[in-house]
Amino acid sequence: MSTTTSTTDPRRKAPAGERVADWADGRLGIYSLAKTNMRKIFPDHWSFMLGEICLYSFLIIILTGVYLTLFFHPSMNEVEYHGSYIPLQGQLMSEAFASTLDISFDVRGGLLIRQIHHWAAIVFLAGMFVHMMRVFFTGAFRKPREINWMFGFLLFVLGMFTGFTGYSLPDDLLSGTGVRFTQGAILATPIVGTYISMFLFGGEFPGTDFVARFYSIHILLLPGIMLGLVVGHLILVWYHKHTQFAGPGKTNKNVVGMPLLPVYTAKAGGFFFLVFGFIAMVAGIASINPIWVLGPYRPDQVSTGAQPDWYMGFAEGLIRAMPGWEINLWGHTLVLGVFIPLVLFGLFLGVIALYPFIESWVTGDKREHHILDRPRNAPTRTAFGVAWVTSYMIMLIGGGNDIVATHFHLSINSVTWFVRIGFFVGPVIAFVVTKRICLGLQRRDRDKVLHGRESGIIKRLPHGEFIEVHEPLSQEALHTLTAHDQYQPAEIGPAVDENGVERKVNGTQKLRAKLSNAYFGEDNQIPKPTAEEYKEITSGHGHH
Amino acid sequence: MSSQDTPEENLPAERAADEHGAVRVADEKDPFADPGLPPHEHRIQDIDERAAKRSERAVAFLFTLSMLATIGFIAAFVAIPKDEIVYIFPLGHISGLNFALGMTLGLALFCIGAGAVHWARTLMSDVEITDERHPIAAEPEVKAKVLADFKEGAQESGLGRRKLIRNTMFGALTLVPLSGIVLLRDLGPLPEDKLRHTLWSKGKLLVNMNTNEPLRPADVVVGSLTFAMPEGLEEHDHDFQNEIAKAALMIVRLQPDDIKDKQELAWSYEGIVAYSKICTHVGCPISLYEQQTHHVLCPCHQSTFDLSDGARVIFGPAGHALPQLRIGVNDEGYLEALSDFEEPVGPAFWERG
Repeated sequence: MSTTTSTTDPRRKAPAGERVADWADGRLGIYSLAKTNMRKIFPDHWSFMLGEICLYSFLIIILTGVYLTLFFHPSMNEVEYHGSYIPLQGQLMSEAFASTLDISFDVRGGLLIRQIHHWAAIVFLAGMFVHMMRVFFTGAFRKPREINWMFGFLLFVLGMFTGFTGYSLPDDLLSGTGVRFTQGAILATPIVGTYISMFLFGGEFPGTDFVARFYSIHILLLPGIMLGLVVGHLILVWYHKHTQFAGPGKTNKNVVGMPLLPVYTAKAGGFFFLVFGFIAMVAGIASINPIWVLGPYRPDQVSTGAQPDWYMGFAEGLIRAMPGWEINLWGHTLVLGVFIPLVLFGLFLGVIALYPFIESWVTGDKREHHILDRPRNAPTRTAFGVAWVTSYMIMLIGGGNDIVATHFHLSINSVTWFVRIGFFVGPVIAFVVTKRICLGLQRRDRDKVLHGRESGIIKRLPHGEFIEVHEPLSQEALHTLTAHDQYQPAEIGPAVDENGVERKVNGTQKLRAKLSNAYFGEDNQIPKPTAEEYKEITSGHGHH
Repeated sequence: MSSQDTPEENLPAERAADEHGAVRVADEKDPFADPGLPPHEHRIQDIDERAAKRSERAVAFLFTLSMLATIGFIAAFVAIPKDEIVYIFPLGHISGLNFALGMTLGLALFCIGAGAVHWARTLMSDVEITDERHPIAAEPEVKAKVLADFKEGAQESGLGRRKLIRNTMFGALTLVPLSGIVLLRDLGPLPEDKLRHTLWSKGKLLVNMNTNEPLRPADVVVGSLTFAMPEGLEEHDHDFQNEIAKAALMIVRLQPDDIKDKQELAWSYEGIVAYSKICTHVGCPISLYEQQTHHVLCPCHQSTFDLSDGARVIFGPAGHALPQLRIGVNDEGYLEALSDFEEPVGPAFWERG
């Protein structure tokens, strides 16, 4: 061993750490790995930590989830409860529910871990949602990161279903109602719905199988896939290197920031503890899913104000707002009132998943993009994103229409009608308003570049006129505000070619030209100032 | 397809200038040129050793606090009884153990994080470093080499030439997953007509869910909502959950004059009507009754049914009326079912018709 160390004095042994590293290098090649990665650069921006929150809450969920499996019994055998929670003693309940009570009342720290697990799941989903919006609004999904966008999207969707199967496990009155709703929705699927329901539940609802089946889906199948996706997601982040915002010294060809060792390790590693600590404190203070208040599940009982966890809220809203359309033909029933929301649920998510491909088709841009867009500089994309979030939020309100009605003393019917109309009108208004705000901000940037920053100083000129003094921007600021790309709208070209023969233009090309114009046409982006404009204004008569 | 690509002139052209990633130097010609990374600004800790010492002490304090919190966690775990309820403002009466464990664990973790971040921010170098990016796509020579290798490999396998092997292999690979699908067959029984029948049948008494006693007409007063199940169903039965999920019944008494629907009147007894409690939307149990209007509301998705008019849907997402159970009174004066439900209860499905 000592022969391979790099110490200058052959008689002195290398330090222990180096010898361990040597040993590992001989088997894993760690020095070559570390050579390129140990001082890898990570750019800094507050919004880059959103993804970290997701990663860390995912790790917390796995850690606490393993603990919970040590005590949870995924069984629907009916037992009489004799644990220490007095109000439910002597009641019939499934073993799943009874063991969840045991975790909450008889295992010391069990309640804390349960609550950390559930809170972390809520933070995980919320984090993914916000992280996804960050990536969307800054255009970080563009080439070469479209596949990673899909990975992230899959994680979001699988996260929703892992959450759903997880909170269904205790077999309490609230979650059982949610499972019943899911079964009702499955039944609405044409042709195969009844069969899927029978196979999923091992017969009629609720049966005695679903807790055990959901358990293996919740703790093995879905998290296994998700773990793979998370690893893939991270590998791609590593491989593509992180995006960065435009700024002095930051180009599409470099990455500016702090090295992995030590700063990023300390910050990111520390951030894991911050997230974990924060969630642990929340779990110590705020109760979540108090199943002992709800009681065990009975298909003929329900509590008012039944709500899914927030991330299922928009699906709940779709199902609540939809009118009860049913078509009966040839002895069959098409349950549109439930099936349409089910399809919309997939389509609504699918649109955002495919967006990167739609945009790259419209722009025809095949270059790599590592500099982030400011949302204002992509008005149509930003407006589309805000419209999407608006319908999501309106459906979230719809999912809690009873809560809204009781809290604000409104009629449930008017809340539902607001949601029904809002689902169509809200996104349109949001689109128009957002686009105008973006264009306004672009104009302001343009003015700032050409005329400088408003200093707030009012000057009186010798002839009595008052003017506000504008300070010219620094070179850094000028560069940052003008660094973004501006596309020109694609044109179909003349209807006839140079010989006067009619050119064939197919429908997709026309659509693309139209979309391209909607994105980059005259009224859809403000031309950024050119160097000539700037020189003309600054060289002439001062800044004003 | 190259015809789908935007022509070069439509793409922003300025990129060509810094094709090789060189940081452009500010020049007279381009007032917007990239001035390059701004010079590093020192933090107080970089120039004042006393400030750096203060930061060091702050980080060490946070790490020490974390150690104390972990000791506190263990002490709380051992000392606080698991059923102790404490009053903590403004949280109210909560489990003392859960609160103590959460706060100590949270603090122990949070302080490690806060210490590490503070260390990184104040004491580790904050000089920004620049790294080059390299295009992800391979160089043309690499691509050519890979394609050539692939062609060679494919040729050596003979996959393209020996069609018989290729086709039978695809056939085998397509068929083999079928076994996996077939294996799923016993996940559950076929639907058959299971969703069409409930435990109700002619002569079954209506048993009050709360008292477990058979109901007489006099037990059902105007304005009350009574839940009932068929006689013979016991909570301890192994299929209780499945049966109650279909058989749950709600009973109200209306003034016979108020009943607008003829069939409803015919299937009622002295104004007493019995309807399935399971919502026809997605199967929640309906439990809210408005006695003035005779409306019932499902608390899950707010489908509203008019019990005085054949339980038709008057608001919400449900697609059809609640099924009614035909009831009468037997010789001993108890309410009884005169048949099973005429149509399937609960959510609609493809075969419902």
